[in-house]
Amino acid sequence: MQTVKMVVTGPFASGKTKFIGSVSEIDVVATERKISGAGEKEIKDATTVAMDFGRITVDEDLVLYLFGTPGQKRFDFMWEILSEGMLGFIVMIDSSRPETFREARSILQTFRAYAPTPYVVAANKQDVEDAWEIEDMRNALRLDPMVKLLPCVATDLKSVKSVLLELLYSILTEMETGGE
Amino acid sequence: MALKGNLRDFTVTQLLNLVNLASKTGTLVIEGPNETAEVFFRDGKLAYAMIGQENSSLASILHQGKKLTVSQYRSIQQRAGHVTDKELGLLLINAGYLSQEDILVSLQTNFLEVVRQLFTWVEGFFRFENDQAPPDDRINVRLDLENLIIEGSRQLREWEQLQDEIPSLEMALKFTDRPGVDLKNVNLSVEEWRVISYINPKNKISQIAKATKMDDLEIRRIVYGLIQAGLVEITRPEGAPPALAKDMFPTQDTTEQKSLVNRLINRIGNI
Repeated sequence: MQTVKMVVTGPFASGKTKFIGSVSEIDVVATERKISGAGEKEIKDATTVAMDFGRITVDEDLVLYLFGTPGQKRFDFMWEILSEGMLGFIVMIDSSRPETFREARSILQTFRAYAPTPYVVAANKQDVEDAWEIEDMRNALRLDPMVKLLPCVATDLKSVKSVLLELLYSILTEMETGGE
Repeated sequence: MALKGNLRDFTVTQLLNLVNLASKTGTLVIEGPNETAEVFFRDGKLAYAMIGQENSSLASILHQGKKLTVSQYRSIQQRAGHVTDKELGLLLINAGYLSQEDILVSLQTNFLEVVRQLFTWVEGFFRFENDQAPPDDRINVRLDLENLIIEGSRQLREWEQLQDEIPSLEMALKFTDRPGVDLKNVNLSVEEWRVISYINPKNKISQIAKATKMDDLEIRRIVYGLIQAGLVEITRPEGAPPALAKDMFPTQDTTEQKSLVNRLINRIGNI
């Protein structure tokens, strides 16, 4: 049995667990704990502390594992471990919470430094009224025009599939061009 | 959709950067704890700015800029009554009191001061009103934002924030290829020029710091300013390992690797 892995990262409460849950064939193996901090508790009740784990069986010989990183910075020691050997990564960002964009930039830079693998950025919660426009987000996140910044709704299977496919197309392009 | 938020999360410098990069036209409204500021932009250039209840009429700005004496100012206020700024400007030029350049420089200086004042605001809500133009009767200017952004970025001293912005010094820098940006028109400090001279995808930021004898805080602050002004961007250093490392795939055969990715694409497409 061959296995490959992709990593879903991003700031706290950006929708990583939901993203993996939408497409995984197993219930996401989540390592969530109740949140104690008052500020964070306002946003959600529990957060990932080690990783989320989802699976997509491709065929009898191949399985894709999806790992979600913890969003809170104090668990960032897990990031490097999880990024080892990944085929590519997705940075999830909550489009309606500009207060997380700085952290998202930092996570993106950190992951780029860990591994030069292809990546895409998913602008989650684009269905929310307060969501920033994609091009404003691109500028706020200082993304190169070549980087794929994709509108996303993590609870919508079609949207999640589209993000995963775009990452795979990027990997394929990288293989064909050799990173030129 | 919304371009709004809190100054705690987005500094005024970062907002200027957004407007600059997207060449936006509209009004940035910032509601501070004590007063509200409105900064108008046209195609990503500063057009007009006013703050709180301050008198932002042309006569007042010219008076503050010492282009009009107190008696001239009073006389204009009494006689000009309902004359618009544009009409007053023309009157002053035609009467030979001031040149067009005098008026534009005074306005630019005033608007820059308004924005500089905003750099000190750390609390407040902002929103960007697309396409909202300054009042019709006001004279607009057309000021590039790069210098203001560099100036605002120099004020960022917080180590934690700088580390968030540039977490790794093992990355390299390259010049952006944005049209219309000319380094010669940007007022850079000696330290910034020294860093600029080493910018090359072959040089890691840590190497530039070593060559310019800067500590981690200093190099981060300068690089942050250059990035904010849209002059440079972070890139992977040349000669770094290839994007697709050996341990990513269970096989080393490139044909099998491609087949594997295609199988993944087919599978996900069919979910």
